[in-house]
Amino acid sequence: MAAVDDLQFEEFGDRATRATSLAASPDAATVSIEDPSDASKHQPGPPGRLGREEDDELLGNDDSDKAELLASQKKSSPFWTFEYYQTFFDVDTYQVFDRIKGSLLPIPGKNFVRLYIRSNPDLYGPFWICATLVFAIAISGNLSNFLIHLGEKTYHYVPEFQKVSVAATVIYAYAWLVPLALWGFLMWRNSKVMNIVSYSFLEIVCVYGYSLFIYIPTAVLWIIPQRTVRWILVMIALGISGSVLAMTFWPAVREDNRRVALATLVTILLLHVLLSVGCLAYFFDAPEIDHLPTTTATPNQTVAVAKSS
Amino acid sequence: MAEAEESPGDRETASPRPLFAGLSDISISEDTPVEGEITIPMRSRAREFDSSTLNESVRNTIMRDLKAVGKKFMHVLYPRKSNALLRDWDLWGPLILCVSLALMLQKSSVDGEPGGGPQFAEVFVIIWFGAVTITINSKLLGGNISFFQSLCVLGYCILPLTAAMLICRLVLLAGPGPINFMIRLFVVVVMFAWSVIASTAFLADSQPPNRKALAVYPVFLFYFVISWLILTFTP
Repeated sequence: MAAVDDLQFEEFGDRATRATSLAASPDAATVSIEDPSDASKHQPGPPGRLGREEDDELLGNDDSDKAELLASQKKSSPFWTFEYYQTFFDVDTYQVFDRIKGSLLPIPGKNFVRLYIRSNPDLYGPFWICATLVFAIAISGNLSNFLIHLGEKTYHYVPEFQKVSVAATVIYAYAWLVPLALWGFLMWRNSKVMNIVSYSFLEIVCVYGYSLFIYIPTAVLWIIPQRTVRWILVMIALGISGSVLAMTFWPAVREDNRRVALATLVTILLLHVLLSVGCLAYFFDAPEIDHLPTTTATPNQTVAVAKSS
Repeated sequence: MAEAEESPGDRETASPRPLFAGLSDISISEDTPVEGEITIPMRSRAREFDSSTLNESVRNTIMRDLKAVGKKFMHVLYPRKSNALLRDWDLWGPLILCVSLALMLQKSSVDGEPGGGPQFAEVFVIIWFGAVTITINSKLLGGNISFFQSLCVLGYCILPLTAAMLICRLVLLAGPGPINFMIRLFVVVVMFAWSVIASTAFLADSQPPNRKALAVYPVFLFYFVISWLILTFTP
């Protein structure tokens, strides 16, 4: 039996001697998994990254190295095995709730990806939030139309089930194709301009998926057949989810040409606006239209009908 | 036939092994062959099945499967934590329930007006693809339930909703009206709760404890959509 002393780990000296020995090759990028408080002192870092101290909190430079190391350790199964896809569902209940909460309360200056996702993007949230949203919009639209036309004699209620497939196509296309396009665009810009922050495709899908959560209660509240209430709800939902998206993607395009950066953000927000307004217009009948002339229509309402048509 | 070679081994291993102290006392001479018979207690019924199911009458075969399906229906109606649904899974029950629900959701619409109720294929697709998606989701989250067991449980727990559909169709024969709607709403809500409780009673144990809610929510959504289809049915 080997003596106990032989099993002792060899010490290679403390950090100071290690750093000096490694300092002989200053170009080498050293990555050490240590406390985040120490890491900023020790890492020489690759030459491209100049120290932007004010961004550390936002970007989490020291976190990102460790996170990338962990991420590369995580996804080691080949893509045709089941375990590969299990790594995308490696979240607990409280983590999903935290991410949803983070998407509902955008704090200026805090990046959603760095704060909540931390290189553990999951597909559970985006997929099931989109599924819930599809059915929420279809069911709320149906219910709202039923309530609007409740008193009319000639109205025959139909469940309008075909609208579910339309909703599913639109929402899943938005939640998956727009991140794909955005990711491709960011990769292309990254090759031209060295960006500090770059997101993986799954992280972008995650942000988009969780930012759609606010629309679920909004869709339920859209049942209220008042025009002003609906538009106020649209403004609130757009404000919250738009700010989450803007604050996430601003650090990624900030390094770029000013106009390109602004154009990117404007496009992201414009697509978001298009989604919400389009859903409101297609699934929810306007409250004053389709009323038969036998109902008492005040001049104000007829003017509104004329304006909206 | 192996000969027992325990005597040379005994001498080597006797001393530092207090665990096998008794063995050193046993010795079998080399002339004695060691032989025997190993019998594993199996269910002897299985052997009878293998040989005789070919010869039994068709009625026996069908009745056996129907009895298994009926037994599982009872398990769903009175959900206890039992393993019977999981152990011998079968997909006959879900198929019968799915087809009957899809048939009852058909309306006799002569004119194909757009925006009507779901077609037969749509109901079928929702139920089966919904169940497959939930199963894949629970497996991805780390649950240790097999694919077909989960499909079996989800399919069988549609039974309360099928009963609700039957009741709704009977109630609708009395003519539309708000009281009619209240009765239907009450029945569908009760049956929806029953379905969700029954399926979580069977499925919740197979999930890791910190992800139970994540695995149960899609089940809730699935039965909610089916309940909505049942509630909004208008002949």
